[in-house]
Amino acid sequence: MQTALLANSELLVARYQMAFSLGFHIILSCFGVAFPALMFVAHRRGLRGDADALNLARKWSKVAAVLFAVGAITGTVLSLEMGLLWPGLMETYGDVLGLPFALEGIAFFLEAIFMGIYLYGWKGMPPKVHLLTLVPMMLTGMFGTFCVLAVNAWMNAPTGFTQLPDGTITDVDPVGAIFNDALWGQFLHMFVATYVVCGFIVAAVYAVGMLKGRRDRAHRVGFTIAFTFAAVAACLQPVIGHITGGRLAEEQPSKLAAMELATTTESRAPLTIMGFLVDGEVKGAIKIPEIGSLIAGGSLDAVITGFDEIPPDERPPANIVHWAFQTMVGCSFAMIGVTLWWLWRRRKHGRGDAVFDSVWFLRAAVLCAGLGVLALEAGWTTTEVGRQPWVVYGYMRTEEAVTPNSGIWISFVIMLVVYASIAFLVQKVLREMARRWRESPDVDLPSPYGPSSELMMSTTSAASTSSGGPDSPEPTS
Amino acid sequence: MNSADVAAALMFVGVVAYAVLGGADYGAGIWDLIAGGDRDGAPLRSQIDHSIGPVWEANHVWLIYILVFLWTGFPKAFAAIMTTLFVPFLLVALGVVLRGGAFAFRKGSSTLAEARMHGIMFAASSVVTPFFLGMIAGAIASGRVPAEGPGDLWSSWTGPTSWIGGILAVLTVTFLAATFLAADAARHGHAELAATMGHRALVNGLVAGGASLIAALAIELDAETLASGLHTRGLPFIVISALSGAGTLALLRRGDWSTARLTAVVAVASVVIGWGVAQYDWLLVDEMTIDEAAGAPATLTALSVVAVIAGVTVLPALIWLFALVDRNELGG
Repeated sequence: MQTALLANSELLVARYQMAFSLGFHIILSCFGVAFPALMFVAHRRGLRGDADALNLARKWSKVAAVLFAVGAITGTVLSLEMGLLWPGLMETYGDVLGLPFALEGIAFFLEAIFMGIYLYGWKGMPPKVHLLTLVPMMLTGMFGTFCVLAVNAWMNAPTGFTQLPDGTITDVDPVGAIFNDALWGQFLHMFVATYVVCGFIVAAVYAVGMLKGRRDRAHRVGFTIAFTFAAVAACLQPVIGHITGGRLAEEQPSKLAAMELATTTESRAPLTIMGFLVDGEVKGAIKIPEIGSLIAGGSLDAVITGFDEIPPDERPPANIVHWAFQTMVGCSFAMIGVTLWWLWRRRKHGRGDAVFDSVWFLRAAVLCAGLGVLALEAGWTTTEVGRQPWVVYGYMRTEEAVTPNSGIWISFVIMLVVYASIAFLVQKVLREMARRWRESPDVDLPSPYGPSSELMMSTTSAASTSSGGPDSPEPTS
Repeated sequence: MNSADVAAALMFVGVVAYAVLGGADYGAGIWDLIAGGDRDGAPLRSQIDHSIGPVWEANHVWLIYILVFLWTGFPKAFAAIMTTLFVPFLLVALGVVLRGGAFAFRKGSSTLAEARMHGIMFAASSVVTPFFLGMIAGAIASGRVPAEGPGDLWSSWTGPTSWIGGILAVLTVTFLAATFLAADAARHGHAELAATMGHRALVNGLVAGGASLIAALAIELDAETLASGLHTRGLPFIVISALSGAGTLALLRRGDWSTARLTAVVAVASVVIGWGVAQYDWLLVDEMTIDEAAGAPATLTALSVVAVIAGVTVLPALIWLFALVDRNELGG
């Protein structure tokens, strides 16, 4: 009993560590996927004579480089964690699920290279060619999303292999594993989410600036480009999400039951809003009759499987899944609300400065940055916790996948400290960049992949590891 | 050669590339550590930044490449390695994060003190990471990663071959980096810096050569299977490595930095290839052969296709990037 409890807590810590490192990385990934498209629009406008837009593209490329660099290292950590935390999964299914990871590696490599090319391109590349180097970044970002989601979708809808009664895996078809039933829904849902997250965060930066009284044209252009991307994506998202969830009733009833807090199997099932599952009974929920079947199953007569038909040891933690799902949906509607407000203001005020005259609208736009991230994390919690206790749905339990090593909490604590410092440093570096740009708009700041600049020369030349050296920031070379 | 051998060879291409490119990258970080005070160290630190700035992340994609090939092509070996060598891999993960983060943040530092702090972090993790990677290689090569069940969490990677592996890794990457930096500095017209780094490369090369002799002795005593492979199949590569290593030292004495850089690469690449050839057809020496570790045939074939796709798409893009870097650095 004692050892079972201990093993269980090790499993929990391993899951926490994976959840935190993924949850951290995924925000950065959103920028890797969506930011190049924002830059493309700004850059293209810039080439058509809009100096503000060109300047935005230039600044965004520097910001993107910082975020991309941090995303690259957190991504490397994830690939190590696949083995450090989940050797059981990789040992059994590595050759089934591994191929998309290999393809993702290529996509990432190419994006890193083109990030460097784009940054160098500011120095004398033919303008049109330079603009077009963003296209491979957009495509590789999209393809990378496809690959990673192919793996996750496979965990929900495993295919491309045969498992014999003794557990042996045969007939492995790695390409078939990629094109599993959950692939397209999950891929599109996440791909669109990257635009929601990245777009609203970038827009929020300019909304904050306008709230602080910086009402220049550059702020309006920056806001409008980013917000437009996010708004379109936010409005598409419920439709895609609905299609994504549509397969659950048939294929992953335990996840759907948790999302809906369905205790009994029934047709004309209600839609459950809020509430908790306590001792097998739903308490404090608002139930809208019959709508649950319609939404999840496509018709009022659709039968929604409840927990009564799912063995107790195969049920996911219902309350977490239910609330994560509700949080995602709630955030989604709130973001759509702000989008409608924006459209209404644009109708009313035309496209000029007056759109941004409302302090409350700007505050709501800032809030959308948080809502986007919250929806992203809640959505991932829904699908990941909703798949429990399985790591490979119906085939392998998470406890069979986890490392036999104990003491994971040590690595978890270290990771928390290191990632917290990274988050702190990222915001510090980005704010510092913004401050320098405010002081002098033409400052050419250094970036992780980019060419050197005067400023970089001074900081890196001055960087030292010895103590007590002369504190001169002057470049000496 | 069957499809498992092909996949293993492709994975090993990644190991060699990582040893050379990632190695030079780590080595540059180590030279950053001992570059001296703010003012004295400035020319070298600027050169290091110039040299690895555009490619530092690309150099580490090789690590991901190796991991992905390992878990996709050889899932059983991957699970065995990651459970037994849990601790050193954790330290490698930490090193990768601190190094990459510090390198990126140093560029965004607003004060000298901050830049200095990130510089220390970058440089210190540049020592730690290759050291533990070397220890990991030593553990695998000396047969300390059991096929069944996890090996001891500590003693598996702290045997003599592991220590030798770690020390040699650090000495090798600094040697590589010193020749790279000397050649780069000369190309940019910093003759004095080139001479300094050339001299350091020479001393470093002598120390590394001496360490290799001790390593050979340790391997004889500690890693029988590897040793017998090195006497036979691996011998030609060790001879090539020794000769090109000696040639590098001679070129460094003559001040021919750009040729010395090439021979240094040959020396390092061939000793790594020699290790791989010597332990063939073991994937985990004495424990699991390549065939025993191999995943499904369809997946192994698909992996080879992926490697071809990678070559066709990544190489041209990389060449373009290097051309741009060169033009920017040289043409202004």
